[in-house]
Amino acid sequence: MLRAQGRAVHQCDSGWVPVFVDQEQSISLMSVGFLLESPDEAVVWRGPKKNALIKQFVADVAWGQLDYLVVDTPPGTSDEHMAAVEALRPYSPLGALVVTTPQAVSVGDVRRELTFCRKTGLQVVGVVENMSGFVCPHCAECTNVFSRGGGEVLASLAGVPFLGSVPLDPELTRSLEEGQDFIRDFPKSPAFPALFSIAQKVMSEAPARLS
Amino acid sequence: MEEVPQGCPGTGSAQAGRGASCQGCPNQRLCASGAGAAPDPAIEEIKEKMKTVKHKILVLSGKGGVGKSTFSAHLAHGLAEDENTQVALLDIDICGPSIPKIMGLEGEQVHQSGSGWSPVFVEDNLGVMSVGFLLSSPDDAVIWRGPKKNGMIKQFLRDVDWGEVDYLIVDTPPGTSDEHLSAVQYLSAAHIDGAVIITTPQEVSLQDVRKEINFCHKVKLPIIGVVENMSVFICPKCKKETQIFPPTTGGAEVMCQDLKIPLLGKVPLDPHIGIQEFCGHHPPKEEHFLSS
Repeated sequence: MLRAQGRAVHQCDSGWVPVFVDQEQSISLMSVGFLLESPDEAVVWRGPKKNALIKQFVADVAWGQLDYLVVDTPPGTSDEHMAAVEALRPYSPLGALVVTTPQAVSVGDVRRELTFCRKTGLQVVGVVENMSGFVCPHCAECTNVFSRGGGEVLASLAGVPFLGSVPLDPELTRSLEEGQDFIRDFPKSPAFPALFSIAQKVMSEAPARLS
Repeated sequence: MEEVPQGCPGTGSAQAGRGASCQGCPNQRLCASGAGAAPDPAIEEIKEKMKTVKHKILVLSGKGGVGKSTFSAHLAHGLAEDENTQVALLDIDICGPSIPKIMGLEGEQVHQSGSGWSPVFVEDNLGVMSVGFLLSSPDDAVIWRGPKKNGMIKQFLRDVDWGEVDYLIVDTPPGTSDEHLSAVQYLSAAHIDGAVIITTPQEVSLQDVRKEINFCHKVKLPIIGVVENMSVFICPKCKKETQIFPPTTGGAEVMCQDLKIPLLGKVPLDPHIGIQEFCGHHPPKEEHFLSS
């Protein structure tokens, strides 16, 4: 998604060097994807091995001075999530951004995710409702493909901020396929205002919320 | 279910019982003696239990959110349309058990009988089991590490009284980890017919499907085929098609041709599915799946 496939990870004195994905070197990335011999290689690991790698990603990567560390996790409330929280807990502030799609089936799982946050003492920065409606490019009719509003209701019931809804946007999906910078290259696309606004809210509200 | 120490090297590991994190674990002596590396007796017990189950199908995906549980539920309903076919749906997504909601069975509880746990029946010929039925609230989180999840899966396969079943559909979480390894391991003596892999059309999803296919090869799990979900969106107003998840590398069709794996079908995005799932109903679209 960040056009960094096939890049190699190097070692330096202070640890693994993360991969810079932009010319300005403002975004660095670490992923198990960089450690695989081929993109088709399956990582068939049980929990303990995954936990060990996650600890290494936090402790052994030379991240340098960072304003934000964004940690993308798989779905669920299991090994990876517990390992990430444990490894990052010494480094505050630490918070969670919880993403759902609008329909009840997703919200049903995300309720449990919010419980995980509560039980592990992970402060929730807010809830984002993704894939929220699709505006037909032919006739401008908006269809709620995956229903609508579930994320907002969930945030309200859980007493956490609702950060916004992001609509389905084929330009966004396509730009991720090609590793383009959607925010820079598609400012007129339907998902842009929502993503921009959510990012602004995170930057302005997260520090106070997490202090 | 026993707690395992954090950092447990795994009972089959060479470090079993000998690692630093093994100190204090009640099973340390057992593991150090090498007993942990012996085949799990549950595998034979599950083989016996599965003698009354004719076909076992695993539903896999590389990615989350591609519609795996939706597909599993509709496949189960579709097969159960014939009253003479006995169908069982087992949900082994321990952290995100969606099947009870999709099947309209939220709030149902599991009962014990002399012959084991009874599945929850949504029709006379369609029984369902999920960790969702063991949780007392929809907010309960299952915050379990791998070994505890594996134990649950073992119990589901060994202790549920499925009865005579024509098709057992096993819905899995996304990925290639504990749940998938355990399902394949515990069913290893019982013959799994194969796996159906669900994907959406874009390359980001297909990339994970290729990993899933590699997993199947590694564990010698036959692949029945691939289903491409969310293929195309048809606007309910103007009826024109849009590809919301563009198949930039040809979608599942090209991938299946390259890898010589059957493409079982393509399912369009349908807003009614979301609404129906909320109500616990199923639309009469099972022909899509049955024809495969």
